[in-house]
Amino acid sequence: MDLTWMEWTPITAYFFIFIGCTLAVMTVWQVLSPTVERKGFLPMATTRGDRLFVGLLGGCYILLAFIGLSEVSLWYALAVALAFLGGVMRFG
Amino acid sequence: MEKWDDNKAWFLVLPVFLVVAFSAIIPLMTVVNYSVQDIMAPGQGIFVGPEWYREVLHDPRLHEAFLRQLIYSFTVLAIEIPLGIAVALTLPSKGWKVSACLVLLALPLLIPWNVVGTIWVVFSRPDIGLAGVTINELLGIPYNYTADPMDSWLTVVIMDIWHWTPLVVLLCYAGLQAIPEAYYQAAKIDGASRWAVFRFIQLPKMRGVLMIAVLLRFMDSFMIYTEPFVLTGGGPGNSTTFLSQFLTKMAIGQFDLGPAAAFSLIYFLVILLLSYIFYTVITNLGKGVAK
Repeated sequence: MDLTWMEWTPITAYFFIFIGCTLAVMTVWQVLSPTVERKGFLPMATTRGDRLFVGLLGGCYILLAFIGLSEVSLWYALAVALAFLGGVMRFG
Repeated sequence: MEKWDDNKAWFLVLPVFLVVAFSAIIPLMTVVNYSVQDIMAPGQGIFVGPEWYREVLHDPRLHEAFLRQLIYSFTVLAIEIPLGIAVALTLPSKGWKVSACLVLLALPLLIPWNVVGTIWVVFSRPDIGLAGVTINELLGIPYNYTADPMDSWLTVVIMDIWHWTPLVVLLCYAGLQAIPEAYYQAAKIDGASRWAVFRFIQLPKMRGVLMIAVLLRFMDSFMIYTEPFVLTGGGPGNSTTFLSQFLTKMAIGQFDLGPAAAFSLIYFLVILLLSYIFYTVITNLGKGVAK
């Protein structure tokens, strides 16, 4: 199948592989030990999937904020976004 | 014998997943790919990293369109939701009048969006339109939606209210009809006022449908394109150029696929965030009431 129209680049491919693997791992984790809703620092009770969603969405906004408001290297932004994702997953 | 969950039902979701993958996920992935490249021709893209995002985020025209869009969506929500609830409360609950009212209310929903725009173009024309002539000649208020930004704004907002309030009414009406008679009888015995019945019985029971109404109306109004495009074409000036129209100009008018893709993703993230906040707030409000 010709996928030229999708204009893949290695970086976007890695990004989607990361998302796909995350979803696969979350599914396996859910099957092995089903999530229980709990209340952390986020204002509402969340399940593991909710926290992943909030973490990823927040990560996107962190990257956009770095792009829009500063000229700092995006590797720092990525580090902050991943730290945010980890923080929300653990303490959210 | 230990009982185990049968999860085979999940396979029934597979067709939906395939359709969504084909119609939404793969196109979205393509947009992500386009947003980081400068594409000259198919297969000839140059990787530019976050360049288009930077350009789009610093574009003052985008900031203006975004602000306009937010004001528009919140104005429409602030009017349509209370109005929809109020109309639903006044509708008859049984007899032939129910069908008559529901059919009449549903009429605007059956009209295609571009036809709604065309109807309002003719209706609002200051020289020949029924509304335009009435406002100008009979009321003596100068009104010209093609020249005055305020008039064009009001026309677009009223058009949306005319078109979409019936949806809110129908949803709220369905919610109200689902309340068992016993609640009203209990309220009557307790001597509850009309306001107390609304506040403590009808409103909490309508929570589910109201959530759907708010989400649908928010997302739809945030993505509005056809009606203002037909009615005002985004003008006068840029006064009714909302985000979708701005995006279309960028993607199809100027064929700037990279910046348009970056902008689409930012647009998508904004809708995702706001919808998630609405959803969470309304779901948790319900939990508060239940306690």
